[in-house]
Formats: sequence, C-alpha cells, structure tokens
Amino acid sequence: MRDLSRISNPYRDDKVIDSCSLFGVIDLEGRRFPPKAPIKAMDIMSERVNGLGAGFAGYGIYPEYRDAYALHVMFMGRDAKGRTEEFLKKNLRVLMAEEMPTGKEMRDAPLIWRYFVEPKIVNDKCSEDSDNQIVECVMKVNNGIEGAYIFSSGKDMGVFKGVGYPSEIAEYFCLDEYEGYMWICHGRFPTNTPGWWGGAHPFNILDWSVAHNGELSSYGTNRNFLEMYGYRCTMQTDTEVIAYALDLLVRRHKIPIGLAAKILAPPFWNEIDSMDSKERTLYATLRQVYGGLLMNGPFSIIIARSGEMMGLADRIKLRPLTAAIKDNLLYLSSEEAAVRSVSPSLDRVWNLRGGELLIGRLRSVKTLEIPPVVGLH
Amino acid sequence: MLRSVKLEGDTAIINAEYLDHKSMNRILKSMDSEGIRRVKIKNVYGIRYIGAGMKSNMDIEIYGTPGNDLGIFMDGLRITVHGNVQDGCGNTMNSGEIIVHGHGGDIVGYSMRGGAIYVRGDVGYRAGIHMKGYGDRNPVLVIGGEARDFLGEYMAGGIILILGLNMKKRMFNMRFVGSGMHGGVIYLRGRIDRLGEGVEAAEVNEEDMKIIGRLAEKFCRYFNYEMDEVMDQEFMKVIPLSHRPYGGLYTR
Repeated sequence: MRDLSRISNPYRDDKVIDSCSLFGVIDLEGRRFPPKAPIKAMDIMSERVNGLGAGFAGYGIYPEYRDAYALHVMFMGRDAKGRTEEFLKKNLRVLMAEEMPTGKEMRDAPLIWRYFVEPKIVNDKCSEDSDNQIVECVMKVNNGIEGAYIFSSGKDMGVFKGVGYPSEIAEYFCLDEYEGYMWICHGRFPTNTPGWWGGAHPFNILDWSVAHNGELSSYGTNRNFLEMYGYRCTMQTDTEVIAYALDLLVRRHKIPIGLAAKILAPPFWNEIDSMDSKERTLYATLRQVYGGLLMNGPFSIIIARSGEMMGLADRIKLRPLTAAIKDNLLYLSSEEAAVRSVSPSLDRVWNLRGGELLIGRLRSVKTLEIPPVVGLH
Repeated sequence: MLRSVKLEGDTAIINAEYLDHKSMNRILKSMDSEGIRRVKIKNVYGIRYIGAGMKSNMDIEIYGTPGNDLGIFMDGLRITVHGNVQDGCGNTMNSGEIIVHGHGGDIVGYSMRGGAIYVRGDVGYRAGIHMKGYGDRNPVLVIGGEARDFLGEYMAGGIILILGLNMKKRMFNMRFVGSGMHGGVIYLRGRIDRLGEGVEAAEVNEEDMKIIGRLAEKFCRYFNYEMDEVMDQEFMKVIPLSHRPYGGLYTR
C-alpha cells in the first residue's frame, strides 16, 4: 500500500487535526443529474480529509436494471473472482456481469466487477424474502470467500469507493457518466482503522447507504448485537454497524425510521423520566430492547435509501452537520461553505440539532424541527 | 496569487476563489506590512484560519462563508463577515473584534482570551467553551439569536450575552448550560429551566445591567436594532457555584 504518512503528516507529529467530510444532495422532484456539484463540494472540504478513503453512493443510476440487485464486488485475493462467480451462479440468477468501468489507473486498486442479479425463486407476495436472500449472500461472500467483498447490493443504486481523495475516486469510477436523483459522498480521515478500499464510506447493505464522520466507541457492543441477527462485520470500520442496524430495525423489525433514529441516538434517561407515561414506556422499552444498538461516541451521518436522504448527529452534537434547501434540492454537508460553493444563494440553511433526524423524502422535507431564521440565510 | 488582488482607493480587494488558507494569510500579512488598513475578501468558500495569529489593527470584510477557525489566535484585527461562519470562529483569539451578520456554527468563541465576537443570528453547540479572562483581558461573546447545548462549557472567565431576539417564548431551549464553568458570567435575555452541573441562575443587579446595556448598544449599532426592542425583557445570569469546583478532587 502507498505510504501516505509524508502527505498526511508532513511534520511527523503524533496528532493530525483532521476529520471526515460528508456531503449529500437529493432532488426532491426525483430529477436525475450527474454528480458534478457533489464532487466540487467535496473538493471545498479537502482540508478535512487525507486521501485515505473516499466514496459516493448514487440512487437512480441503473434504470435499465431497476428491478435487479446491483452487486458491486471488490476482488483482492487469488481465485476470489472465480469463487465468487461460482457462488453467485449457484445461488442467484445473474442477469448481467461486467468489469466496473474505470478511468485512469490508481495504485493498489483492486479488481472491481458488478453483477445485476435476482433471486432464483422470486416470491411475489414477499419481497422481504428476496431481500433476506441477498443479505445472506452478501454475508456469505464477505465472510466465506477470502479477498471478495460485496460493498454495494441495492436496487437501482450503487456505491463507488476506494482509497484516494474524493475527486480521484470520482474520476476513477467515471462518475460523470452516471445520473442519479440522490448522491451521498464521503471523504475520509481514518482514525482507528486502516485506510483500505473496503473501509472507505459509504457503507451499504441492500438499499441502505451510510456515510459517517466520527467514531463509534460502542462498535464492539453494536457488532455483537448484530451478529445475533446474522450480520457479520468484515470491513474493519465502525460505520459498517450503522448500515446493518438500520436494515435490522427498519426493514426486518418494521420500526419507523424516526423511531429507529431514537434507538441509535436515544433521549437521556432523565429526559425519559420526565416524559408522559405512554412515551416514557415506549422510550424505556426501546432502550432496554435495543440497548445494543445505541451508537455511543461522536458522530454525524448521512443515511440514504431509495427516495430518502437523512441526516443525524449524536445527542450531544460532537460532529457538525448542516442542512440547506434551494428550490427542489436538499443538501446535507459537514460545512456550509461546501453547499455555498455549488449553490451560492440558498432558500434556507441551518445546523442540525444533536439526536434529531432530518428526513428529505422525494417531494417533501420532513424534519422534527426547522428553526426560525435570523440574519442572512 | 497576484491576479487575486487589486486596489480600489485605500481598500485592497482579494478574490478568494483560487486561494488556499496559506496563500490567503500570506497575502493578508504582506498587505499589513505594506500599511494597507482596509481589506475586502470576496468569494470566500470555506477557507480556514483567515487572519490566523495576526497582530494588526487591519479592518477585514468577508463576503461568503469563511471556513473553520476564522480569526484563530488573532490579536487586534477587526473582521466583519457578510454571511454565516462555521465552527470554531474566534478560536483562542487574543484581542480584536469579529462581527458576523449571519449565524455561527459550533464552538464559536472557543477558548477566547480577549476581544469580542458579535453574532446577529444563532450559534451552535458549545459556544464560548473554555473562554477565559485575566487582568484587563475580558473576552465578550454577544449572540442575537439562540445558542445550543453546553453554552459556556468549562468557562473560566469573560462575558457571554445571549439575546434570543428570534424566540417566540421567553424560555431558552438548551441543556447543560455552563457545565464545568468556574469563572465569568452568562447573561440571558429570558429564562432557562435546565442548567449544567456546578452553576446557578441568579438575578441581575445594577452593575450587570450596565454591562448588558453597554454590549447591547454595540449590538444595536452593528446590526441596526433599536435599544428599546433589545432591552424590553428581563435579563438573568448564570454564574459558577465555585471558583475551583474540582480543587479537592484528589486530596480530600
């Protein structure tokens, strides 16, 4: 792997002041566009990252295979591709397979392929059945086949990520040739875990993608909890648990997303104590049942799933997240300046409150709070 | 770099579009040593550390959204921002003034040791964290809108004034105010029902009102408010219970 210590730490000191960068944009009318603006916005925040990871998730990018699961797979080991393809053919119907189109070469880039697949037997009455089959395949490949990693597995969406600066990764994957109605982006400054291709954000399972700034000190607890439900963490990065937690809570346990956010970032016990009895019972129960999915430590995250972009910061707001609206576009960003660089005038812009989920849904923006406005906006 | 700069009378105009923070501060410092006293910086998108460590009485106007740590360690500058500021505005500044016509991000006034920051709109979490004062140094942070949780966390000195001009109710919605505070004072135009550990809410006295009046007057001048609309409400203050809350932690 390339030695980046001279670039990321030129003075050889033992602490580098940096942090990840997040950016997301959704066209609430569902119009598709290439990620030119997000790439520029990420560039504005280059101060936050050190080239050890970057990635993009685009939604609405594969209309020609809208109903198939798009698997993006990295191959890092010998035989990894052969064994993976054998496994996929045996367990799924592969509609199309091709090497991921890439631009100019990047050092240490793994071989990346994409497969459009569907389950062999589709249960029309139960789409959940298909989803479960895909999750099972992802877990089996990532755990069972050495050097093979399925890092994107949703429908009509895809994650593109690797080791490099955001603009390099965008260029490598020729992202200007894709059009999506929603893009979420991440620039990485790895703190506790290696900067490798699989460890770049966004993290994905099925429809869910998550980009994260911060660190989850509860990672071990979260991971153990998720393992009980068949999720195996293989990417060596804390953020992975957020994607699996959302899949478990919202897709499998049918908990509304707003409430799921209150499991990841719950109210404090003294706040629960002062709620009325019905609410108190609800939140106390959630904390008891899903205590293992409380995300402790500083975080701000952008979550995406088909038709929705969401922002959430930890309860005591130890990481930044700014939201902004201009016409039909909703933005989320680590820094307001990045949004202004692609949209100098905004209808409104505000900083999220800790622990309160913001949801931008196609044709609506739902939030628990949009504060009143003073001054220039 | 040279193409980014031009002179209009006694004012230097900097186009920040193609500059990074190092070249920006290099330009500002060389202008200062050339004796230029007025600078306008246009097209600012996220450049950090503007004015870092500058000992100067230069007057800088910023158009756009400056990046984190605006005016960090600065000593005497007067910075006016026509827009919003991000996190860490005024970090450890020594003296001078930052006037923000929009709103502020988190940790505005972080570790200030002197000078003043005036923000017309709201600020984010942990405003005034670890402000300190000593001798004739007494930093001031005045916010026209609201602040978020942990206002004045670990505050050791200085004055914070929160006006809450945009609030419908007179009750501030913030938690953990003054957590770990052991010096200085927080004035609130309105009430608060939740405080951090180790602080108490108290009535303002005549001396306090003189200070508040003086700061409010400046606020009104900078942002075109009438004194009447700012001084029409009751004020209160948050002060530390102890000057050394953890003094006996390991010895008692």
